[in-house]
Amino acid sequence: MSDGKVTLAAGGRRPGIRGKMPIFATAGPVSFWMIIFVMLPLIYVFVISFMTRTQYGGIEYSFTFDNYKEILNPLYLKVIWKSLKLAFLTTVICLVVGYPLAYWIASKPSKLAAKLLMLVMIPYWTSSLVRLFSINLLVMPNGLLNAFLLKLHLISEPLDILYSDGVVMLGLLVAMLPFSVLPLYSSIEKMDKSLIEASKDLGANAVTTFRKVTIPQTMPGIVGCTLLVFIPSLGMYYVPEMLGGGKVMLVGTLVKNQFLVTKNWPFGASLAILLILITLAMLWLYTRIGKLDDLEVC
Amino acid sequence: MAEKQKLSKRLRRKRLGKRLGNVYAVLVYAFIYIPIAIMVLFSFNSQKHNYYFESFTTEWYVKLFTHSDLWEYLVNSLIVAIAATAISIVIGVLGAMGLKRFEFKLKQVISNSLYIPIVIPEVVLGISLLMLFEMAHLPLGLGAMILAHATFCIPFVVIIMRGRMSGMDMSIEEASQDLGANRVTTFFRITLPLLIPGIMSSAFMSFTLSIDDVIISNFVSGPYSTTLPIKILSMVKVGLKPDVNALTTVMVAVLVLGILINSVVQALWKKRASTNIKTYF
Repeated sequence: MSDGKVTLAAGGRRPGIRGKMPIFATAGPVSFWMIIFVMLPLIYVFVISFMTRTQYGGIEYSFTFDNYKEILNPLYLKVIWKSLKLAFLTTVICLVVGYPLAYWIASKPSKLAAKLLMLVMIPYWTSSLVRLFSINLLVMPNGLLNAFLLKLHLISEPLDILYSDGVVMLGLLVAMLPFSVLPLYSSIEKMDKSLIEASKDLGANAVTTFRKVTIPQTMPGIVGCTLLVFIPSLGMYYVPEMLGGGKVMLVGTLVKNQFLVTKNWPFGASLAILLILITLAMLWLYTRIGKLDDLEVC
Repeated sequence: MAEKQKLSKRLRRKRLGKRLGNVYAVLVYAFIYIPIAIMVLFSFNSQKHNYYFESFTTEWYVKLFTHSDLWEYLVNSLIVAIAATAISIVIGVLGAMGLKRFEFKLKQVISNSLYIPIVIPEVVLGISLLMLFEMAHLPLGLGAMILAHATFCIPFVVIIMRGRMSGMDMSIEEASQDLGANRVTTFFRITLPLLIPGIMSSAFMSFTLSIDDVIISNFVSGPYSTTLPIKILSMVKVGLKPDVNALTTVMVAVLVLGILINSVVQALWKKRASTNIKTYF
């Protein structure tokens, strides 16, 4: 045991270039990649967000706050507010729907639980666009859902719900639910079950036990789920485009359009910075409650 | 007596809760699988525009396997996914080892930066990579897509592999070095074989992330080379024909088969690994 430690220490701290070789060979490529493809581009986005757009969609390198002022335009504020609202609602529904499922899976023996988790993930491996199109087919005025409800005489005429906020949320929910179940499962699974017994033995009823013991114990999973659902929902532009028609505009579409349609990079960059700030705020919240490493379940 | 009654009441309630739990789980699974069921159903639709189900036909599968231009896009998707996965595995496995075992200046920064591609909205990563490629005058297309996909796959590989390495017995590696093998030999003969199950799951993860990616590819694909999801995105505005459903159905079938094979291989590997160790010690 002590022998092993000595070998490791000697390997790690051998002086000179030769001693550093293993570090370069292993951590070098990943460091290079992260700096070139993640940090550098984000710094560039930050810089561009303060630049001016030329008439033809180019970038003029003169400093300005105009792009951030433009965000304050009521039209854009409305889009941002709506995106936050939809993302928030999607997150809450994912939590409410996902938590009991995760709890149920966690109560199964571990081999079965692994299979059940796999079953949650399989849909994610099919084209999300095709699945969204299926939802589109399902909720169309002459689609399966209306046919079904009409047959049951629950409604008298077809519901016209395609291209509404509700259907966009349904789409987000279908896209995000698997990601909410995973972190919830891992934190529920890690929870010390004897605490629940203890709480019940001490006379607390099921609701109190859940509120005072289970929820605080599984908080890392809850916040992890919030992180994995809320933030991607904000940037998910193809869901509102497919299920919301042109009617539902969210911030992801707004960012995308600045780059692929109207060619206003500086404004798009400032919106991207806004999204990053929201992400950072969520992360800050997360680190107050759990560790980043808890996300390792994914 | 009263005590006994109370107990049986509690048991009955527990059993009821269990049954309710099962019903609930079935409902949620149904909700998750409904879109897929519809996808499969409409791949057998005889109606070309695919807006309502007319009657059963397998003509789309016949068309798919005889003459269909969808394969070209699937091949592009596969090229990107395989290349991105290969890059991510090499860089990610080495990186996980480096970040796990050594101390160096930027370690914490690099370690934290791994979470950026995972947590920031994909659209932000997409535009930042688009801006990088334009700045570097790198032509958009399959090459750019491979770099972009590797960028969001590497963090997952590092994180998965780091988790697996924590549970590994390092003394075997030290034994190998004590017996005179150098670092490189030890890596290929000892470390790598031990890491195979983890590498397989991270490869699987990277591959599936890459093959279904829409948002980031949309920014860096350029006008000429298109992957399957980007092609579907362009078709979806006018409606998907059943042949797309047929192709994705085939893909799901292949993937499920892959999962089954993967789990069988992993089980066999574990058996072999354990017998190996038994023969050695």
